[in-house]
Order: sequence, then C-alpha cells, then structure tokens
Amino acid sequence: MIRWLAGRLLQTLATYALAVTLLFIMMRLTPGDPLAGLSDERPLPAEARELLRRRYRLDQPVLTQYADFLAGALRGDLGVSIAQHGRPVTALIRERLPATLLLGTTALAAMFGIGIAVGVLQATRAGSVTDRVLGILSLTAYATPSFWLGLVLTWALAIEWHWFPVAFMHAPLLDPDAGWWVRLTDLLWHLVLPVTTLTLVSFGAVARYQRAAMLEALGLGAIRTARTKGLRDRSILWHHAWRNSVGPMLALFGLWLPLVVAGSVFVESVYAWPGLGTLAAESIGSRDYPVIMGVAILVSAVVIGGNLLADLLHGWLDPRLRPSQ
Amino acid sequence: MTMLLAVRDLRVSFPGATGPVYPVDRVSFELARGETVALVGESGSGKSLTGMALLNLVPAPGEVAPGSSVSLEGTEILKLRGEPLRRIRGARIGMVFQDPLASLNPVISVGDQIRETIQAHLPLGRREARTRAEALLAEVGLAGTPEGYQRYPHQLSGGMRQRVMLAIALAAEPDLLIADEPTSALDVTVQAQILTLLEGLRRARGLTVLLITHDLGIVAGRTDRVLVMYAGRIVEAAPTAELFAHPAHPYTAGLLGSLPRLRGPRQPLRPIPGQVPSPGDWPAGCRFHPRCAKSFAPCREEPPIVEVAGGHHMRCWLGKSGDSA
Ligand SMILES: Nc1ncnc2c1ncn2[C@@H]1O[C@H](COP(=O)(O)OP(=O)(O)OP(=O)(O)O)[C@@H](O)[C@H]1O
Ligand SMILES: [Mg+2]
Repeated sequence: MIRWLAGRLLQTLATYALAVTLLFIMMRLTPGDPLAGLSDERPLPAEARELLRRRYRLDQPVLTQYADFLAGALRGDLGVSIAQHGRPVTALIRERLPATLLLGTTALAAMFGIGIAVGVLQATRAGSVTDRVLGILSLTAYATPSFWLGLVLTWALAIEWHWFPVAFMHAPLLDPDAGWWVRLTDLLWHLVLPVTTLTLVSFGAVARYQRAAMLEALGLGAIRTARTKGLRDRSILWHHAWRNSVGPMLALFGLWLPLVVAGSVFVESVYAWPGLGTLAAESIGSRDYPVIMGVAILVSAVVIGGNLLADLLHGWLDPRLRPSQ
Repeated sequence: MTMLLAVRDLRVSFPGATGPVYPVDRVSFELARGETVALVGESGSGKSLTGMALLNLVPAPGEVAPGSSVSLEGTEILKLRGEPLRRIRGARIGMVFQDPLASLNPVISVGDQIRETIQAHLPLGRREARTRAEALLAEVGLAGTPEGYQRYPHQLSGGMRQRVMLAIALAAEPDLLIADEPTSALDVTVQAQILTLLEGLRRARGLTVLLITHDLGIVAGRTDRVLVMYAGRIVEAAPTAELFAHPAHPYTAGLLGSLPRLRGPRQPLRPIPGQVPSPGDWPAGCRFHPRCAKSFAPCREEPPIVEVAGGHHMRCWLGKSGDSA
C-alpha cells in the first residue's frame, strides 16, 4: 500500500515537472514581446530596451532563464512582473487568489450538488417527462456561453430589479469599519450572480454523467439484492446505487477542480471579479512571462493534483481498485 | 401442516409487440411451513419471474397482472406498497440468486451487507447488529472475525460468495427462503457443499424453502415436493419420490430422460428436442404439444388438470385417456 502510494506520488511529481517544462518552452515559442506594451505603442529607445532586457534577464539564453525560474520557484520566489513594473509575482497571486478560491469553490460545490441531484432524479425517473424536461434544461444551460448568461443575469437581476449588485466583490461605499456580519453579507451578496452564472453553465455536464452512471448502477444485480433484502429506498438509492456510480463523477470532479484556482475569465470579466482568471488573461495578452508561469504552475499543480485526488478517492470508495496487500 | 404461502392464478405480463405476453401464466401452488419444494423447468419457463413475483419485485416493464394473488399467512403481498412491503422483503421472505458475484455489492464489505439487512428489520444498534453479522458469517462457514467481516466480494471464491448471499438472505430471520438456481454458477464440488449448507440452515431454522432449478439432479433426496414448470405454467406437481418413480407428464418424463444416471444400466441421454418457445409464441392448447412425442388430436385444446395419484397432479390430456404413466 505504502509502496503503491509512493509510486503514485513519484509519478505525479514527474508529470508535474514535465508539464512545467513544456509550459515554459511553449510560452517562449509563442511570438510576442513582453516589452512591447510598456511604452504605449511607441517604440522604446534602443538603450532603454537593453536596460529592461537586462533587468528582467531576457538577454540570457532561454535555458538559463528556465534554470533561474526553477531555482527561484523552489525557494518560493516566482520573479517579478514585467507589465506591472517589477511587482513580485507571488504578491500578485496572493492578492488575486482569495477571490478566485471563493468563487471557484462555491461554484464547484453548487454545480456538483445540483448536477448530482438532477442526474440521480433523472435516472430514477428515466424516460419520464421529468427526465426529459430536466435533460433539455441542463443541456440548454450547458450550451449557453457564460459571458452571455452573465450579461443577461446582470441586466435582469441587477440593473432592472436591483436584487443583486452589478459587479465587484464588495460594495465600493461600504464603511471600512463595518462589523464582520455586514461585511460577510455584503460579500455573499456580491457572490450570488457570479456563482449562479458559473453553476448554471456547468451543472449540465455533471447531471448528464450522473444520469448515465446512475442508470448503469441501478441495473446492477446488487440493487436487486438490496431490494429483496428489504432495505429502505434511501439506502438503496444512495448507499447501494450511487456509490456504484461515483467512478465517472470523481473523474469529472478531478477535471473540474482547477476551477478553484483558475477561475473563469469570462465570468470574472463580466462581474469585475478581482480573481486569478483575469490576471492570467491580462498577463498572456501582455506576454508577462513571470506572471504567466506563476499562474501556470499553480493551475497545473491543481490539474495534476485533482487527477491524483480523484484516483485516490476512487480507490478509497471502490475496494476493487485498491492495490492488493 | 400449516400453510405458509398460497399462490393463486399468478400472472406476470410484459408488453409485447402485439399486446401483453404472459411469461408466468396463472400459476397456483402452496407452500406448507417447513416444506422444501423444488420449482423445476427449462430455461425460459418462467421460474425466476415466479420467484420475484412472490416478493412483488417483478422487474419493469413487467408487472403482476390483476387477479393474481400471493398470500403469506393471509397477507396479500401483491397489494402491499411502501413500508409494509419492505417489512416482508428480507424479514419474512429471503432470496438468493444464481450469480453471487453480480448479486453482491462490490463496494460494501460483506459484513456490512449482512449488518444492514439486520438493521433494516430488527431494532438493533450498529454494534449488536455487527456481532450478529459475524455470528452469521461463522454459521455459513466463513471466518466470523473482524477480518472476515471486512472482506469484499471480489476477494472471495464463488462458493464463499454464495455463502455470504445465504447469510444475507437469512439475516433478518425470514420464514421462507427462495433460492433461485443457487448452485448453477458453481463447480460441482462446491455445488454439493452449498446444498449441504442450505440443508443444515433449513433444518436449524425450520425454514420453508422454494428451490428454483433447471437441474432435476439436485432435487432428489433434498426436497419434499416438486413443481414442474413449462412455458409459464405448472404442468406437474408431486411428492419428490413419487415424481421420480412415476413421472406422469411427458415433459417431466423428458426432463428425467435427459438426466445422466449414476445407477442402473447405462442409457444414452435423451434431451427433449427443441426449446421453450418465447412467451409471445406459445401454441394454443397444451403448450408442450409441438415438442411432445405423445401428442395427439386433443392436445390442441386446453388440457385438464388431473389427479394422477394422491397429491400428484398434472395438466395433460393423457391422464384423461387412461394412457398415462
Ligand atoms: N425483463 C424482461 N423483459 C421481457 N421479457 C422477459 C423479461 N424477463 C423475463 N422475460 C421473459 O420471461 C421468460 C421467463 O423468464 P424467467 O427468467 O422467469 O425464466 P427462467 O425459468 O428463470 O429461466 P432461466 O433458467 O433461464 O433462469 C423469459 O424467457 C423471457 O421471455
Ligand atoms: Mg431463472
């Protein structure tokens, strides 16, 4: 067991190292110049350019830059932003991460909660009107572009009816000395529309997978046995059937987990949500190499970690996948 | 002997291309308390559906047709819904199936699959139920240790799995055990062990057993009575010894003729030509007559039920013409 875990961990680390290397190389292969945006479209004087290149070590061979990056990253230093005139990347990320974490975690929980409930309900009523209506609704929601839905929701619920704020994470005029309760409700208030948008456009995928997985599980002989032995419906549905459907759900969860740190560029832009998604989009636009790498190693860590987590959870929930002692 | 279960005019219908078909068609029989009765017949004759109907568990889209009756000591099982029905399943009637691997839940430990059955019917706490489950494991010949309790179905052999199924079926102390081909998926040596175990459990608990099988070979010496089923109907019913000595219905005689004999002169096996027609294609009159060597003109009409000897009945025209047994 320990050996298997160690092997799995080592494999994950190797994948991660490879991913980071590829990211670095690919970033440098794409055309573009991080210094181009610094002077508002006017060409930089040659000597200023040289100075900046030396300052950001862009004059070094790419391999040296990569080695520097790695050495720094291992010390927890991700370098400084070029577009933001030398601000440390770690500070930028630390500033943006909480907003994305909050939005991503809430939306992930909501999309899986709703998706699982809808999919299970559909599977238990397969072929019924309920099943078909829910299927059409979730597919439609899934096919809706998030920025469009965001704009529609903003227009209807924020601008027309004033139920929710239009944008941002806090009310701009909020008294900075307000009590924690006031600040918390204000935050949750601002969270509703972005979370709703993200959840609506994504729960359909979860519902579809859940429906299929649950239909298969409900057909198992084990479910027939559970009925013949007189278990309660709730136990048959969740303890027996649902637990046999978690494989695909965990894989899907692993795939969506990066949402927690990567955020959604569209949703963040529509609601001016100060998260990592917009930071990443900006840094890619301006070829701000250190920031791109900083965000990329964070996101790819969660991508690969999410995969590992899904595997481990699946092994924990399905004894057939555990390594034999 | 007191009557435990009375089945009257049991019909199971499935939607067919041209109206409903009846794979189980007006089946009637009774089980006395403590009796062991075999239900035999070729594949497709409707044995399993009959067994499932006794628990009001006919798989959709099949359903029990109106006018059918299954009475457990006066309780009409087919009219029950919800909680009262759940209280019958497992608690009054237990069931085991042919394929124990497919019938057990792969992601729940075998001990817990027994324990939850106990807790679904008896007012016991988790610890007491677990202790009982361990005792049951020991009773069916498996290790009643914490390690034995914690094992999963895929870690057991076929015979061990069927032992677990028996423990589950008996966990809530039912009066009646329906064993649907309990040994058909097992090696011959293991078959004998399971049948011996079943016999021991039956004796110790005073169980009534309905043994469903296509194998007349395991019926002799182990059962009190035999019901022979063909194409949705019971065509012959007799005490076991009487049936083997004087099979009256040509179908029964055919089943016995296709059985290898251990004693007496060697005879070539004579399987019945052809196979059971599917429920939509049953011939009018006696359903066996197209395959019957002794068929004659009246067989195109519905055959009468005749008493061949005390407690020995059959559904055949031969009984009328005196040209029987
Ligand atoms: N889900 C179903 N849908 C349609 N027809 C069915 C279904 N289940 C059973 N049947 C029909 O009922 C007939 C009897 O089925 P049943 O399973 O009771 O037979 P059996 O005697 O137990 O045979 P076996 O020895 O193969 O288990 C089958 O031949 C089939 O035509
Ligand atoms: Mg069967």
